[in-house]
Amino acid sequence: MTEIRTLAPGRGRGRALVLDDPLSMWGGLDPADGHIIDVHHPQVGSVVTGCVLLMPTGRGSCSSSYVLAESIRSGTGPAAIVLLEADPIVVLGALVADELYGRAVPVVVADADTYSRLLPGREVRVVANADGASITWG
Amino acid sequence: MALALTDEDRAALGGERGEARRLAMRLVCTLAEVMDADGLLDVVGAHIDGCLYHGPTGLDFARRLADAGGRVVVPTTLNVSSLDLLHPELVHLDPGTSNEARMLMDTYVAMGCRPTWTCAPYQLAERPAFGTQVAWSESNAIVFCNSVLGARTERYGDFIDICCALTGRAPAAGLHLDAGRRARAVFRTDRAPARLLEDPVGFAAVGHVVGATTGTLVPAITGLPLDATEDHLKALGAAAASSGSVAMFHAVGITPEAPTLGAATGGLAPQIDASLVAEDLRGARDALGSVPAGAAIGSVSVGTPHCSVAELEHLAGLLRGSAPKIPFFVNTGRDVLAAAGERGVMAALDAAGVTVVTDTCTYITPVIMDPGGTVMTNSAKWAWYAPANLGFSVAFGSLAECVASAAAGRVVRDEARWRD
Repeated sequence: MTEIRTLAPGRGRGRALVLDDPLSMWGGLDPADGHIIDVHHPQVGSVVTGCVLLMPTGRGSCSSSYVLAESIRSGTGPAAIVLLEADPIVVLGALVADELYGRAVPVVVADADTYSRLLPGREVRVVANADGASITWG
Repeated sequence: MALALTDEDRAALGGERGEARRLAMRLVCTLAEVMDADGLLDVVGAHIDGCLYHGPTGLDFARRLADAGGRVVVPTTLNVSSLDLLHPELVHLDPGTSNEARMLMDTYVAMGCRPTWTCAPYQLAERPAFGTQVAWSESNAIVFCNSVLGARTERYGDFIDICCALTGRAPAAGLHLDAGRRARAVFRTDRAPARLLEDPVGFAAVGHVVGATTGTLVPAITGLPLDATEDHLKALGAAAASSGSVAMFHAVGITPEAPTLGAATGGLAPQIDASLVAEDLRGARDALGSVPAGAAIGSVSVGTPHCSVAELEHLAGLLRGSAPKIPFFVNTGRDVLAAAGERGVMAALDAAGVTVVTDTCTYITPVIMDPGGTVMTNSAKWAWYAPANLGFSVAFGSLAECVASAAAGRVVRDEARWRD
């Protein structure tokens, strides 16, 4: 039995977008259209909107909480975020968007085995409650 | 494990200290759980990054707290904003965005924050003492605070920064604790070009490589010149916090928690032990600026993070013999501007035709409307973010190289400095 840890509660489903490197949301994600704009990132040009976003951890700027919350507010954000390592900056963005706008985008930490099974393009469903979380995929 | 809270923490969490403190404490406690903290600790100051406008969310959040009676309970400084209140004509935001950005700034000031508007709060007259606990946001400020001042902060971001300031509390975890501050990676610069390391640009190149390599490990750097100034260390930290997530480094023999490598590591064996040579640092330079020596440039921007008084004096000296023939921007804080003005430095910069930007920065708000081609900078942070934020092509070099290039209108490189 694998252990999925809830960092921010919510439910989301979408295609897995697996980032090869951590993404700094600020300077890395355009909240106006959901594109990855960091020219240093291997997946520059990809769109996070509606995806289950997988990345090892967060990176870079302190404004990333704000930019993630802004993308959730404007409907360009991911449906769920799956990390390998807890990242406070990512979590805060999701929690504040939920608090202000009632849009709960779940953020969870997955074990390495589960994470490795969430192949790019797979339909993934994340359900995260205060007492536990699950990830299922088709 | 349940979070250990004091009676006062519980009172705030239960709403007995008002709605703003309740929401702030709820977010601080959630973060503490995410960080696996056992409890919270008192902070004696905060630095807030949330005053930079990225859309309605930040304003909605600040207003939620301010309208509920939120007031900071510790001395709190404010980071750069989207506007230059001293030189408003320099910022070309549309009126709607400009209004919202101003309201965001006003909302943080209304909560009791000081309108310092700088990304370099460590250059203000009052700064945290060694060993004190604070809650700072802004990646370059965080790394400077931990590494150079020896004050303690985690890598806080927008939203949680004001929550810590409203509650005076932060999670007792990570870099707040001795165990989190030990170096687990070692980078040796003994074989790097000594002349390059005399200049902050060499430190920026080291920081770029360290940030890209060290991951989440606290790095210790050996072999740096012992007379390194705060401006050198600022350049290293800002670079490492842009190319990576570095929130603290030890410069062995220089920074206060690293009198020796053993003191920095606490005796733990490093997971990374790497040696940096000239080729690595040239690689960093060329990764930061894709435009080679000799290529035409249209503008220069320096001062990211905000210039110190010493840097402005150095710049004024360099410009005395070498007037720029293209637009030249310098970013600094309003307190540094006032101090430098008293020393006659600003008059010299003005005479050289330099445009001084305060309260904000040229890579986060529209100031350089027509770069006229490639922009050259001495800032690894500016070079890292400007291509995505502004769509500019960038050349990277030392402050002296930037001044020489501005006079020539093309990238002038002191190539010998970048070689053994």
